[in-house]
Amino acid sequence: MVGLVAEPASLDFTTTDGAAIPQALLGNVYNGLVKQDESGKIVPDLAKSWTLSPDRKTYTFTLVDNAKFTNGQAFTADDAVFSIERVQTAWTTSLKSAMAVVESAKATSATELTVTLTKPSNDWLFRMTTRIGAMFDKTGVDKLATDPVGTGPYKFGSWKRGDSIVLQRNDQYWGTKPYFGQVTLKYFKDPNALNNALLSGTIDVIGTVQAPEALSQFNGNGKYQVIEGTTNGEVLLSFNNSRPVFKDLRVRQGIRAAIDHKALLDTCFAGRGKLIGSMVPPTDPWYEDLTGVAPYDQAKAKSLLQAAGATGKTLRLRLPTLPYATSCGQVVKSQLEQAGLKVQIDQLEFPAAWLTAVLKNADYDLSIIAHVEPRDLGAVFNAQYYTRYDDPTLQQHVAAADAGDEATQVSEMRKAARRLSEQAAADWLFLIPNLIVADKDVKGLPQNAITESFDLSRLSR
Amino acid sequence: MILRVIERTAVLLVSLAVSSVLVFGFLAVLPGDPARVALGVNASEEAVTQLRQQFGLDRPLTTQYADWLAGLSHGDFGVSYISKAPIGPQLADRFQVTLWLVLAGMVIALLIAVPAGTVMAARHRKVSGLVLSAVSQVGVAVPAFLAGILLIMLFAVKLGWLPANGWTPPAEDPAMFVKQLILPALSLGLVQGAVLTRYVRSAVLDVLREDYLRTARAKGLRPFPALWRHGLRNAAVPVVTVLGLQLATLLIGAVVVERVFVIPGLGSLLLDGVSQRDLLLVQNVVMVLVVAVLLVNFLVDLLYVALDPRLRASR
Repeated sequence: MVGLVAEPASLDFTTTDGAAIPQALLGNVYNGLVKQDESGKIVPDLAKSWTLSPDRKTYTFTLVDNAKFTNGQAFTADDAVFSIERVQTAWTTSLKSAMAVVESAKATSATELTVTLTKPSNDWLFRMTTRIGAMFDKTGVDKLATDPVGTGPYKFGSWKRGDSIVLQRNDQYWGTKPYFGQVTLKYFKDPNALNNALLSGTIDVIGTVQAPEALSQFNGNGKYQVIEGTTNGEVLLSFNNSRPVFKDLRVRQGIRAAIDHKALLDTCFAGRGKLIGSMVPPTDPWYEDLTGVAPYDQAKAKSLLQAAGATGKTLRLRLPTLPYATSCGQVVKSQLEQAGLKVQIDQLEFPAAWLTAVLKNADYDLSIIAHVEPRDLGAVFNAQYYTRYDDPTLQQHVAAADAGDEATQVSEMRKAARRLSEQAAADWLFLIPNLIVADKDVKGLPQNAITESFDLSRLSR
Repeated sequence: MILRVIERTAVLLVSLAVSSVLVFGFLAVLPGDPARVALGVNASEEAVTQLRQQFGLDRPLTTQYADWLAGLSHGDFGVSYISKAPIGPQLADRFQVTLWLVLAGMVIALLIAVPAGTVMAARHRKVSGLVLSAVSQVGVAVPAFLAGILLIMLFAVKLGWLPANGWTPPAEDPAMFVKQLILPALSLGLVQGAVLTRYVRSAVLDVLREDYLRTARAKGLRPFPALWRHGLRNAAVPVVTVLGLQLATLLIGAVVVERVFVIPGLGSLLLDGVSQRDLLLVQNVVMVLVVAVLLVNFLVDLLYVALDPRLRASR
């Protein structure tokens, strides 16, 4: 039994957003053509192999031939075509836009699929590892919100709303069958309740530790193991780059120099997590340690802010009501005030109020939020998004990375990440760690949480 | 008596109408767009507009209100914005859970309050009465969620006797149901019991000073039998009133206790609904709670009259 925090609102991730649905279902109930392994590499799933045409526009996938949906239907290239086309027609969440680049998808035989893109895109294949790449059965999509049908190692068992989701082992699974006959995902609203559930033996695993300061009750206790890895969750101190004060590079750099990231991480996240310095987690192929670009230097911060005439100015730090944002916000406030700024903290209820005020209307100067989408550098830093960061050079790097071969992608994304950091488009407070606490004898837990799925198929005792 | 029933019924109906307008009105002005929350962080403006239409949020408020009432009048609670599931069955499920919790809490509270309050009153000048009184003061000051956390620490984490959280319907596994109910019901009941004890004490004290009890004592009855035969029924009148009023507090306490013990009742449904701006769901949950409180007060009013014939005469 695995304890998690956010319960899905529905089981249908084609029309409902949020991380909780793919966390439970992707890779467990649904398979994609491709998936990401623990180190971030794209590896085969329902597609045994694939080739890419020289113009980088046509992908040819060879599919496994023994996969079956849990309703008994065989999985064929027709289903893949159906699933890909359905993203463009029936999905309503914003993620569907990643499929817009597909010109056509054709089944050339039961196990061969060709997908043609309108332009070369590395990002498309990567997005196929996320929920939009999930493979559905043509006859199994009527009741996605309550009765999902996939080809995965587990089939959907039952859902007690407000409590738990039960997944049953899929005995017809085409790959390695899971060890456990049944896995229960139990949802907790309150981190204390979650910890108590493990301490009293109600659950065996805490899937995501939300309050790292509580880890002390498990650390050094022989009954439990604590796993720490990385995620894609960059905690951003975002700047509203459309505000006049942030047009001045010295102000942005001054703010970055004013923040003592190490001290901040110790205070507000119990020292867990990783300092990154730009919008790239260490599991992406183009990761580089950029923490040296803007080291903590209070004297420099003061003089930069003074030179820009920003000293004494009041900035509005609008925080979502999330524990890490609330506690880190206090640290940010005091550090910025030491450097000569005034900071007014303003709490906004999350999600509803924050989404409207900050994300939609960009009515803020500073905010703190974790961006957990994978490879989201280009999506977060553009003129339309709430960061209001309008930088053609950055967009050129991102576009070149998407169109080029693997080597080009890596070098262009490196340039993009470095530019973001040097231009101080925001400040990267830290990367959220993947923290799991479990009974000592539970094996097969994922160390890094870099995909949308919580892989339950390798769990054993 | 009949007049009183008619009057109370009229008050009930007016209260219901007013509260439905208030509930709807407050939610309509709540900041945060349900469609935006449903679609999440990266949604486009068109998608949000489209979903607003689908939810019917673009219609005039009066139409939305009328539709809601029309639905309610034939038992149709509508469909949740977020989960797309019909709300009615969810409400029924969750209501049962909360009802069990509140009833069990109430029973525990009464089991504590009636004997403790009576003893405290009968011995209010003796040491035992004073000690009990002090203990109940502490109980009054402790919020239910804190009691819950302390109970979990002791009985679930330290001793491992009872589960720290969870909920099993009684039909599914009665033994587990009882096990999981004990701690949350205790944390509600202990606190409520302490509050109620004070009322029982003062009610019994009042009765003790009445002439008829003095007469009973004079006829040779010992204090407790005298109270039992003549006093408790009279003392019950104010206590029942308080009990009715306390029910509202108990429901609110249950909302918090459901959180601490991870119980899928109305409280957790309400909190989820609010944070996801699932307005229709929230509207209905709040309305169910309002109806429950109003109905209980209505029944208490009637019971009141039944318990004390003098109140009938005064009408």
